[in-house]
Amino acid sequence: MTLKKSIRITVNGRTVDADVEPRQHLADFVRDELLLTGTHTGCEHGVCGACTLYLDGKPARSCITWAVACDGGEVRTIEGFDDDPVMGELREAFSAEHALQCGYCTPGMLVTARDIVLRLPDADEARIRLELSGNLCRCTGYVGIVRAIAKVLASRKSSARGPG
Amino acid sequence: MKAAAFDYARAGSITAAVDLLSASEGRAKVIAGGQSLGPMLNLRLAQPALLVDIRHIRELNEIRQTEEGCIVGSCVTHAAVEDGEVPDFTRGFMKKVAAGIAYRAVRNRGTIGGSVCHADPAGDWVVALTLLSAVALIEGPGGRSEMSLQEFVTGPFSTQLDPAQILVGMRIPRLAAQARWSYYKFCRKPGEFADAIGAILHDGSGACRAVIGATSGAPRVIEDARFLVERSDPGRMGSALEAAGVAHDPYEMQIHSVVLKRAAAQLAA
Repeated sequence: MTLKKSIRITVNGRTVDADVEPRQHLADFVRDELLLTGTHTGCEHGVCGACTLYLDGKPARSCITWAVACDGGEVRTIEGFDDDPVMGELREAFSAEHALQCGYCTPGMLVTARDIVLRLPDADEARIRLELSGNLCRCTGYVGIVRAIAKVLASRKSSARGPG
Repeated sequence: MKAAAFDYARAGSITAAVDLLSASEGRAKVIAGGQSLGPMLNLRLAQPALLVDIRHIRELNEIRQTEEGCIVGSCVTHAAVEDGEVPDFTRGFMKKVAAGIAYRAVRNRGTIGGSVCHADPAGDWVVALTLLSAVALIEGPGGRSEMSLQEFVTGPFSTQLDPAQILVGMRIPRLAAQARWSYYKFCRKPGEFADAIGAILHDGSGACRAVIGATSGAPRVIEDARFLVERSDPGRMGSALEAAGVAHDPYEMQIHSVVLKRAAAQLAA
């Protein structure tokens, strides 16, 4: 067994000091060590998107990122978005549009959806679908997910214009 | 899927990385963004004793404009190119290529140098940067050296890099104002590994070069590709594809010839 390494990372605003085996990926670290089980592991080779979380302010695949390599970094998992207004809008739209069924892909979908809303405010349906191509859903057929994201984009646009 | 045990060291400088690699006697792997190596480790296709993390080395994250073009550090991410953090000296070519790599979450971590060193035949940068006649800048125990990317990539997942050397960056020439390019790749799903890639560069003064990518070998360069754009000699495309090693398989042959034709049509448009 390889010696554990000491790391210090910020997870959902909290400083975490831990000793990790270098081979432990970030998804296992947040799930098994910090009990933040909202991050899901699917394919564990970077294809399905279920493990997508925010790392240093940008979406990343936690299953192919080593916890040890995140020393000094900042992680935000789905649990860290409880009070985030964009995520609040997305949660509501996902419920209204039936954008989830079993829920397995949902944490990763929401992280990607938030990135789309903030980075691409003018995304049309084709662009939303393109951006979602790295997150697999086996229940919904994507129609509800695309609609939910489009709805949040549209409502943010109309509220940016102001009333009247 | 869990990776086999490995040790991890974060290098603070190029010299430190080279020292760590030298001491490991070929049992270490360099990691930058880890977007290709991560899956390889989880699938246990790679089982190094040590990972040498070069992502935090400042020099490797630098982008430097020169008179001839640009020097892009190995650890510059695909997303940085996509977002225009790398100045556009290739008439939008690199930006277009970067935006088509895998998915945004992967592009946020994956690096240009990592992609080149991984040398997956279906990888975008080995094809795109070969088309641009980029030069690989290397540092190792014997000092600095450089070689054309075309020489650097020797085959599928194979490069000229010695186990104790690292790729520091790429020197990429500027495209002339009248240059035109096309880049066509076929994937069954956006972000998937490409089944075929065709790329053509017309320098605006008569020279025209093409690269066939996503074969089972290194990117194949067609130095004089005017026949593709002018559609003057259909037989030559067959022999170019044969030289690229795709002739044995009717599907491969078909898909690569269609991709090259579409790249030619894109250039002509």
